Amino acid sequence: MIEVRFFATLRDGRGKVMQVDAEKAAVAGDILRLCEIKPEEVAILLINGFHSKPEDPVKDGDVISLFPPVGGG
Amino acid sequence: MSCAYYEKIARINLTTGEIKAEPLDLKVAQKFIGGRGLGTKILYDEGVAAVDPLSPDNKLVYITGPMTGSNSPSSGRYMVVTKSPLTGMIACANSGGIWGAKLKFAGWDALIVEGQAPDWCYLNIEDDKIEILDAREYLGVLSEEMDDKLKEKHGANCSVLNIGPAGEKQVLLAAVMNDKDRAAGRSGTGAVMGSKKLKAIVVTATRKQLDVIADVEALKEANKNCLKIMTANPLTGEGLRALGTASLVNVINGIGALPTKNWQESYCPTADEFSGETLAEKYLVKPGACYHCPIACGRIIKHDDKIVGGPEYEPLWAYGSDCGNDDLYTIDEANRLCNEYGLDAIGVPCTIAAAMELYQRGYIKEEDCGGVPLEWGSKKALTEWTKRMGDPQTELEWLMSSGSARLCEAYGHPEFSMSVKKQEIPAYDARAIQGIGINYATANCGAAHVRGYMIAPEVLGIPAQLDRTLTEEKAGWAKTFQDLTAVIDSMGNCLFTSFALGAPEYASLLNAATGTNYTPEELLEVGDRIFNIERMFNKAAGMKPEDDRLPKRLLTEPISNGPSKGMVSKLDITLPQYYEARGWVNAFPTDETLKKLGLDECVGK
Repeated sequence: MIEVRFFATLRDGRGKVMQVDAEKAAVAGDILRLCEIKPEEVAILLINGFHSKPEDPVKDGDVISLFPPVGGG
Repeated sequence: MSCAYYEKIARINLTTGEIKAEPLDLKVAQKFIGGRGLGTKILYDEGVAAVDPLSPDNKLVYITGPMTGSNSPSSGRYMVVTKSPLTGMIACANSGGIWGAKLKFAGWDALIVEGQAPDWCYLNIEDDKIEILDAREYLGVLSEEMDDKLKEKHGANCSVLNIGPAGEKQVLLAAVMNDKDRAAGRSGTGAVMGSKKLKAIVVTATRKQLDVIADVEALKEANKNCLKIMTANPLTGEGLRALGTASLVNVINGIGALPTKNWQESYCPTADEFSGETLAEKYLVKPGACYHCPIACGRIIKHDDKIVGGPEYEPLWAYGSDCGNDDLYTIDEANRLCNEYGLDAIGVPCTIAAAMELYQRGYIKEEDCGGVPLEWGSKKALTEWTKRMGDPQTELEWLMSSGSARLCEAYGHPEFSMSVKKQEIPAYDARAIQGIGINYATANCGAAHVRGYMIAPEVLGIPAQLDRTLTEEKAGWAKTFQDLTAVIDSMGNCLFTSFALGAPEYASLLNAATGTNYTPEELLEVGDRIFNIERMFNKAAGMKPEDDRLPKRLLTEPISNGPSKGMVSKLDITLPQYYEARGWVNAFPTDETLKKLGLDECVGK
């Protein structure tokens, strides 16, 4: 399974966490499609804590974190 | 001539009671812009670097920028510039709210406060009129109540800046507060106010807007363009309004850079409990905004039965994971206490975290704790020790109120103080984010995140996404961010505008308002000049090259948990690159660099 964590406004209607069958997703972009999130809604996409792109591969056991534009100081 | 300055500075000598209006030297103002730059230039020229920070010889400069009070975006900033009693170097604490704009509307570009009053006093400013009034009856009054009392006396239209009990007692972590919950928080500026027996400054202005703009139409156009960019930008347009700076808790934890238990760990499994998301769900009433700010990153929250200013990301992290705590209510309470006592809401919790590590390791004994042991995550310890640091009585309370560097030094373990130049490091682990470490090490005011916010490119992808784990090109980026920040601070705009705006937009605003003709490149050179005169102030104050360093823990102890496990700061690689980019040798500018920047007054010093 791949654990998908949602943050800020991306939690709306989705909750905090979702488990995705690893066989259904080859790249991070597949996860976005399964979660019905457009790539432009995501400002920060982390795979296991590292900045990644929708075309980056994902595998069983990965943790994907998705953030809309956030920031501060 | 209209040029966005009122060309007038008030010099107030509290020893003699003399108050005089001095003309602003426009050429000098334009060379250093105003605010942080001009404030430092004034103190450098007046020899303040050499004085004892808590003696009558130190001076406090309350200074606006040319854009303060203008219609440009987020233009409510003012700065308190002085010699810091915490670091022994330059202090420039920046605050929002409306006090700075009111000072400008009253017709003053800056106040220079000198000497020491014979007894407790406050300043009352009503446009041109400045008077020194008796403040003895207000001694010990908490900051928010002080604001109410002075408004009762001077009318609801005034704006109040004051110190709480911490500043009165010259606590080295004391902040200057304004408009109840805004703080010029860092470097102990509140202690300097206390040393002068100055409790508050009240400002009432007849003017409602800045009416000395050089080119009104050009500024209108520049404002329109900047607002358009900021509105379209997802962060300044919506993101910060929705969740405030607190939205960073989960991001920084997500990459494994959230310092936990005094930086012994860098990932907190329960961080969501004190995140922006949870703050919004449980306590948020509405977003709050400073003067003329379309961003509205502030958090107005319900705390018990009161509506108050809520915590920013920094106190959330510092009273949260750094102290082993995930109880949001306790963080809100401790943050409110910082506002009430007038305390630095970064320095105080970080010092409590250092004390908790000293307690964990058995150096601070239970019997020293006055019935409130410094145990990780103790809710009572966080609120009670904050109060004690705001009004210290015992030896340990005084030590802790002096910051983690002095505390840990006194216990023979300086390595547990997570500070630079004796100022506590903010909320991003420099082992996991290489560029921010350069800024922590070299910021002239001591460790700061707001002197070159490398988190923007290294974590948030603004204006481009850099790999946070690499050192390549970070020195150049850090220098550019530091220089642009010096410009924005000096203009009187909020640094957060730079999530959307760049040097060309700032040049358009400044040129329209002041009648200058800076190119974006020239503006960055002004920022370089400001950063260098700050460094020369520090040199004159006795700074040594070894003061540009990070705590040993960040250089030699790899991160122990989370996504960034195993990483250390590679400052040994980036610092020489940074000095080269600056034209510095051994931490200080060469004469050639100073001449190139037009700092002839510093050559040979």
